[in-house]
Amino acid sequence: MYKAFLIKYGEIGVKGKNRYIFEDALVKQIRYALKKIDGEFVVSKENGRIYATAKTEFDYDEAVEALKTVFGIIGICPVVQIEDHGFDDLADQVIKYIDMAYPDKNFTFKVNARRARKNYPMDSMQINMELGGRLLDAFPEMKVDVHKPEVLLQVEIRNVINIYSVEIPGPGGMPVGTAGKAMLLLSGGIDSPVAGYMVAKRGVQIEATYFHAPPYTSERAKQKVIDLAKLVAKYAGPIMLNVVNFTDIQLAIYEKCPHDELTIIMRRYMMKIAEALGEETKCTGLVTGESIGQVASQTMQSLYCTNEVCTMPVFRPVIGFDKQEIIDISEKIGTYETSIQPFEDCCTIFVAKHPVTKPNLGIIKRHEHNLDEVIDDLMKTAIESTEKILVHA
Amino acid sequence: MEAYLDNSATTRVNPEVVQVVTKVMLEDFGNPSSKHMKGFEAEQYIKETKAVIAKSLKCQEKEIVFTSGGTESNNMAIIGSALANQRKGKHVITTAVEHASVKEPFLYLEELGFRVTFLPVDHDGLVKLDALKEALDEDTILVSVMHVNNELGAVEPIEEIGHIVKIYNSDIVYHVDAIQSYGKFKIVPKKLGIDLLSVSGHKIHAPKGTGFIYIKEKTKIKPIILGGGQQEGMRSGTDNVPGIAGLGKAISLIYNEHFDEKINHLYDIKETMISELVEIEGVTINGKTGRDSAPHIISASFDNVRAEVLLHALEEKHIYVSSGSACSSNRPGLSSTLVASGVAQNLLDSTIRFSFCYETTKEEIMYTIGALKELLPVLRKFTRH
Repeated sequence: MYKAFLIKYGEIGVKGKNRYIFEDALVKQIRYALKKIDGEFVVSKENGRIYATAKTEFDYDEAVEALKTVFGIIGICPVVQIEDHGFDDLADQVIKYIDMAYPDKNFTFKVNARRARKNYPMDSMQINMELGGRLLDAFPEMKVDVHKPEVLLQVEIRNVINIYSVEIPGPGGMPVGTAGKAMLLLSGGIDSPVAGYMVAKRGVQIEATYFHAPPYTSERAKQKVIDLAKLVAKYAGPIMLNVVNFTDIQLAIYEKCPHDELTIIMRRYMMKIAEALGEETKCTGLVTGESIGQVASQTMQSLYCTNEVCTMPVFRPVIGFDKQEIIDISEKIGTYETSIQPFEDCCTIFVAKHPVTKPNLGIIKRHEHNLDEVIDDLMKTAIESTEKILVHA
Repeated sequence: MEAYLDNSATTRVNPEVVQVVTKVMLEDFGNPSSKHMKGFEAEQYIKETKAVIAKSLKCQEKEIVFTSGGTESNNMAIIGSALANQRKGKHVITTAVEHASVKEPFLYLEELGFRVTFLPVDHDGLVKLDALKEALDEDTILVSVMHVNNELGAVEPIEEIGHIVKIYNSDIVYHVDAIQSYGKFKIVPKKLGIDLLSVSGHKIHAPKGTGFIYIKEKTKIKPIILGGGQQEGMRSGTDNVPGIAGLGKAISLIYNEHFDEKINHLYDIKETMISELVEIEGVTINGKTGRDSAPHIISASFDNVRAEVLLHALEEKHIYVSSGSACSSNRPGLSSTLVASGVAQNLLDSTIRFSFCYETTKEEIMYTIGALKELLPVLRKFTRH
């Protein structure tokens, strides 16, 4: 029955002269999302709204699910489209629509007609009143409430007539591609995919870096990260995943630095490498899944130490979240099940029993000098031998 | 060079088996339940495989029921016989070192209200016979023991167990999980007092999804898969004719006039590898060795190396082994078999299984030994605290 979707977008409506950039990005993302499902759609901008109109048969549920992954959309309204065959026919169609959409008629409503085609013989007020009357005749249980209706029935008279009343919430945010590019440090855990999702939600295009440490981490651990990137790409669009072989750096740190500082020093090099990879592709920020105090390397002192190596700003969208809050988001976006697969990543494999929780930057730096002879070469090799995988949803 | 030393996880299908399977799939693809010629032709393959199996076990053809593999055979043996005999008693016995496909059905029986005894094992992984004698009582209806342990290669005293059980009460159903032993030992269920025997196809170069259960004539057992009544109602579902035909071929390639040669080759390989392994510092061989043990499995612990790390390091050199048992190594936690056999606490997470097949060569073994000698010193430098 539904033939089209009216897409409502929030914030981007107020972006002044840049508005068209945001709208075009949104149209592009909607097209990309709908391309993956059965059925053909035409996505168009019209008078400050976006329509996705089906040209063929399509799976309604699939289409709604796809639109729910497009950042920038705040509401998805499934629309019934009819040809104009006079007011009586319109009234019949509206009655049919209400009957189908609301099996239980015990609700308050208001008709809100809009006449974009001004040569229609009745004006908006007349249409409102007449349609309201016919609906009350057809379904006496329904009641009119013009101030706070439970159902707001929209009737738009254009070349075709659009009828809609349902609004399915979209994910909100901004269309991906409107806010630059950032490098996500993606581990196999729960937090980093959520961090990537949250930044992408604000319109940022995501690249990702994963640190692989064979033979200490397995092919399955790497595949898990690719799978996670795939899940985030559902929202963020295709993600370039950089797989860095980190084994030699990790072993060098292990050999030459105090073991209770392993994780901090390791993370400092991870940040450096991610920043270098990000610079190559014009990223202007790093994104991590760190949350204050969750583990030893995420105390304020530890974050201070790891942050110190980069000049790029580091964004930590889940910094103030409790673990459960992060888990809730990961379940909502569908990454949780994959994140909890039990493969060790390189952060857990060489972990000290009692890592420092209040590292002192001066001491850390002094110990890093133990690596002076080898580290430049190791970093260079790691960066140059990075495997790049373009991950599509 | 490549060395596939994980044959207890699964084996490569023999090319001759592939030929048979392909022929059945493309030409003789009928459903044996169909009344026309195509059905009749398909049926002949099943009969042939039954004949081959009956010969290998010295049993009757009607005592064979095809299943989807070891897990199903074990489930059917344990659940099917317990349900069929529950009026006689509700006590069932197994061991502490069984594969999950035995252990889990017993835990399920426990949920259903059965009393389950898990027999302890000694440090070689062998069932303590005294414990069995103590456990048996008038309520006992089922005893289930594996023949060859999948992690240690220990050979359980199935003949003595059969003897003890049947002398105590000949009505008790005796099940043996022969998934790791069929194809490596000559097993005659009738002589051993065995009522039910589980076998898997993919451990002996047949395709995955094949296997059978031997059910001694007149053993009380209920089917666990119900439907169209195939296989005399014991296991419904359209017969997997290509798989069954392949299974027959695979068995006939093992149990032939060269059987003893093959087994001698396996023991030879095993002995060579063990004699090399014990020369390496910090290596412990778990369980018995030599002719007292299974010919194709070695369990070795490596001091101060995590098994998973060693496994992946070997993998980089195209050497494929297993840490614990492959069927359960995707689950976190330590091997209950190794714990039950008293492997030292610090070695539990450092134990690797090497398992061979008739095609394994001495070159592969020496290549693996060379790789271990190279890798162990490096990996030992970086141990976890």
